[in-house]
Amino acid sequence: MQRTGMARLKYACDMDKSVLLNNFEARGWVPVSPDDDWNFYWANVQSIRNVFSIDSGYRLTDDQVINHFPNHVELTRKDLMVKNIKRYRKDLEKEGSPLAEKDENGRFIHLDFIPLTFMLPADYNLFVEEFRKNPNTTWIMKPCGKARGIGIFLVNKLSQLKKWSRDSKTNNFTPPTSKDTYVISKYIDNPLLIGGKKFDLRLYVLVTSFRPLKCYMYRLGFARFCTVKYNASVNELDNMFVHLTNVSIQKQGEDYNAVHGGKWTVQNLRLFLEGTRGKEVTDRLFDEINWQTVHSLKAVSGNISNDRHCFECYGYDYIVDDNLKPWLIEVNASPSLTSTTSSDRIMKYRLMNDLINIVIPLDRCPMSDGTKYHRKNI
Amino acid sequence: MTDPNLSKIFMQTLIEDLKSSKIFTDLQNAAQIEITKPGVRLSELKKGVQAGLIHSGWDKRLKNAVFKYLQTKPRLQYPVTPPEHAKEPLLYLRKAQKSSGKVSTKPRLQYPVTPPEHAKEPLLYLRKAQKSSGKISTKPRLQYPVTPPEHAKEPLLYLRKAQHAWEKRILKSLNSMCTELNIPLARKRPEKEQKEMNSKWTELGVEGPDLTQIRPVYAPKDFLEVIVGIQNPNYHGDNNGFFPLWGIVQVPVKVKSINKLRLQYSEMAINQCQSGIDDSTDIPSELFDLDRSKLGKKVVNANHGPVAQEFSKKGCPSSLRATLWSQMLCVEVDDVDKLYYEQLKTSVLHHDLLVDSLLYKDVKLTATNDDQYFVFEDFLYQVLLPFSRDTFVLNHFSQNSATPPKSYIRGKLGVEEFSVLYPPNGVIPFHGFAMYVAPLCYLYNDPVILYYVFREIYTRYFYRLHSISSHHQGIVALSLLFEVLLQTHEPELFFHLKTVGCQPLKIAFKWLVRAFSGYLSSDQVLLLWDRILAYNSLEILPVLAVAIFSFRKTNLLKVQSYNAAEAVLADLTTLQVIPLIQLSLFSK
Repeated sequence: MQRTGMARLKYACDMDKSVLLNNFEARGWVPVSPDDDWNFYWANVQSIRNVFSIDSGYRLTDDQVINHFPNHVELTRKDLMVKNIKRYRKDLEKEGSPLAEKDENGRFIHLDFIPLTFMLPADYNLFVEEFRKNPNTTWIMKPCGKARGIGIFLVNKLSQLKKWSRDSKTNNFTPPTSKDTYVISKYIDNPLLIGGKKFDLRLYVLVTSFRPLKCYMYRLGFARFCTVKYNASVNELDNMFVHLTNVSIQKQGEDYNAVHGGKWTVQNLRLFLEGTRGKEVTDRLFDEINWQTVHSLKAVSGNISNDRHCFECYGYDYIVDDNLKPWLIEVNASPSLTSTTSSDRIMKYRLMNDLINIVIPLDRCPMSDGTKYHRKNI
Repeated sequence: MTDPNLSKIFMQTLIEDLKSSKIFTDLQNAAQIEITKPGVRLSELKKGVQAGLIHSGWDKRLKNAVFKYLQTKPRLQYPVTPPEHAKEPLLYLRKAQKSSGKVSTKPRLQYPVTPPEHAKEPLLYLRKAQKSSGKISTKPRLQYPVTPPEHAKEPLLYLRKAQHAWEKRILKSLNSMCTELNIPLARKRPEKEQKEMNSKWTELGVEGPDLTQIRPVYAPKDFLEVIVGIQNPNYHGDNNGFFPLWGIVQVPVKVKSINKLRLQYSEMAINQCQSGIDDSTDIPSELFDLDRSKLGKKVVNANHGPVAQEFSKKGCPSSLRATLWSQMLCVEVDDVDKLYYEQLKTSVLHHDLLVDSLLYKDVKLTATNDDQYFVFEDFLYQVLLPFSRDTFVLNHFSQNSATPPKSYIRGKLGVEEFSVLYPPNGVIPFHGFAMYVAPLCYLYNDPVILYYVFREIYTRYFYRLHSISSHHQGIVALSLLFEVLLQTHEPELFFHLKTVGCQPLKIAFKWLVRAFSGYLSSDQVLLLWDRILAYNSLEILPVLAVAIFSFRKTNLLKVQSYNAAEAVLADLTTLQVIPLIQLSLFSK
């Protein structure tokens, strides 16, 4: 059923992913090369840099949309996200906003949603101070610029960090690049366990504009489970299968199951929590997740160049602790579109379908009528 | 006293059973505590103690105990002799007696002159027995014979025989697996292994036993073949009757008509709001959800089985389900139960049984690969392994047509003194058994409570889904009900499927045997089981199966082979069961 005014859009795509290509084909779109005139470009992060670099001199026209904001790293690089959220909290506090309310221990009531985090090597001394206060806590080290669980390790002795302290002293004059900066965060050591196993949540958030903020939460997220029983004891610190839920890590484990891939739908999680913990607390958990998402986006909305040609689909990772409090762990700019299982494929296909429906309503050529296309908050 | 089952004798046995149960000692202890309380006056001792007991919730506990008894104990199969029968069992003779105006009070004489001892007891051998026991019976004997124990299990001889043959077959296949793989039915674990297993108790799934050689003893498919093969030797009905059945079940047992089912499930009618439909997030909660939750909380606080049952007929709100179910099943886990579970666990640690491997294998084949249940894998072992050791489960065999299998100590085959029940609970698991437990994991996070709820559901309902009996909730009657309903209400569909060589029951049977667990999405299974518990009946299962066939009718009418039909019905996870049931029960 072709509607009048419905053009056969031209799309370019950097990724050979069936959940994307099948969606484009189903809409009767025409593939073109990224160098040609496209209306819709699903680019990887590398191409985005080229498109928006000053050298390329590329100017997006009215009928073009692209799937990343130029400086999305403000949200999606671990250290920058933490920096922005810390600043956002400070700003709200200065304003005297009720959101910045604190409890008797001096912790934010509504804005305490990322684990205590320091940059390394920059904040090394601050970290040491905090570490000495609670020497028995476990910390998790993550390289800033890497994804999919690469380079992550757990720390419970200062000696494991010698390298970063020395580095920070010798290289004082050359600021470290994102490659060798790390964030070190307090490890959530009381995660909610289901069937004795640890999990984290992957939720999808579509942002079509930062100013004003317009974001959409996808209903079909999932929980990713570790294959091995959770064990907080120190001698298991090296067993990454216990701690990291990244599918790319879990896949290497011998207990990985290819039928479900350790993934559980958010609906199942909700059913379980309502059944075992009650509806009120379950609703509150998901409410809090939604609010945390909004806060994290608000925190960067001033920094992101709000290019009207851009939209972005983020993969939000949350960990829930055993008090049913969610913690925002990180935001991914390019959540995996590889399908590990058949229900995964259906879920991601529908994600892309919904996303395109929002970004290009009625499959109309974007902004071709000269006005900015209609966006609606649901 | 409208219910004939609540006869004097029934009440007597009820009271006796209650007196011998733990609740009686608990009650005595509670009463003693009440007596010692300072507020109780000697002059009003009884009143004071009673008030105290009621205050501490004992009236509810007693009511629930009686409710449980009524729900689970087999009703007498033969009615108790009515008092007029003791006078004269034949109606026309009673009438004749009445019209003649005289009422005979003396026993009629059977011999011209009754010897005096006959008035006491006409049968010589009973007189002798009486004499030797030294007592004299003065009461008239019951005119109807007492139900023989095997009749309580299954009144029809040919079905008893069929069940017996089926059990023999299962046991044979179990034994041949033992011989083939050269593994014993049971062995004692060495101390070291016991300790190791104990330390891994909550993560048994990680390193289970080697299962490559183990295969399930049977699957629903094999069981269906047996059921299809059963024939009533006393029944010579041929298919030329005026209502020929197109289905494959040939056992003539009575099944309910759609009108009876409509009455039975009248609370599910389309004009009544239901949990699971009208509380969805798309509907404003003021319309139904708020009131429903409020009422639900009241019901939960009342803590009375029948109330919970009445409420749950319209489905349980998901946050109250766990409590409502344990109230309907009268499961309250106390310290004794916890201790008992620990004992079962210990006996798992001490001995390694072949059924353990069967259970492991079943979990690995079903739940572990299921994207809704894989997270609960370890919970399933913590329930299933102790279950196989639980001799309390044996009690349900008094109503189950099945009989617990026997095994013999090595070298003493066939010698009764050396026989043991195997496995200790008498239940040999089949392919899919673990799925009876899996949906419950969404409700109970504590393996011990999970265990007792499962045990109660199994011994009340699910055992009927894999034993041959004429009970109206047995799998035979449920299968027949499915076929009759489908033939009556979807004749075109049934005929088409039959013509292309696809008997509908061949597809639906596995759904019935598993009570749809693993076929529907998890929330839908729970909504369906709400109704099983609330209406105290499994008959909702064939109703849903028919509804699913009706719902996919358009596509099913296009298929030309069994495989194509199976493909149309392969994925049921998108279905909403309550609207479907309503559609098939109330729309026509």
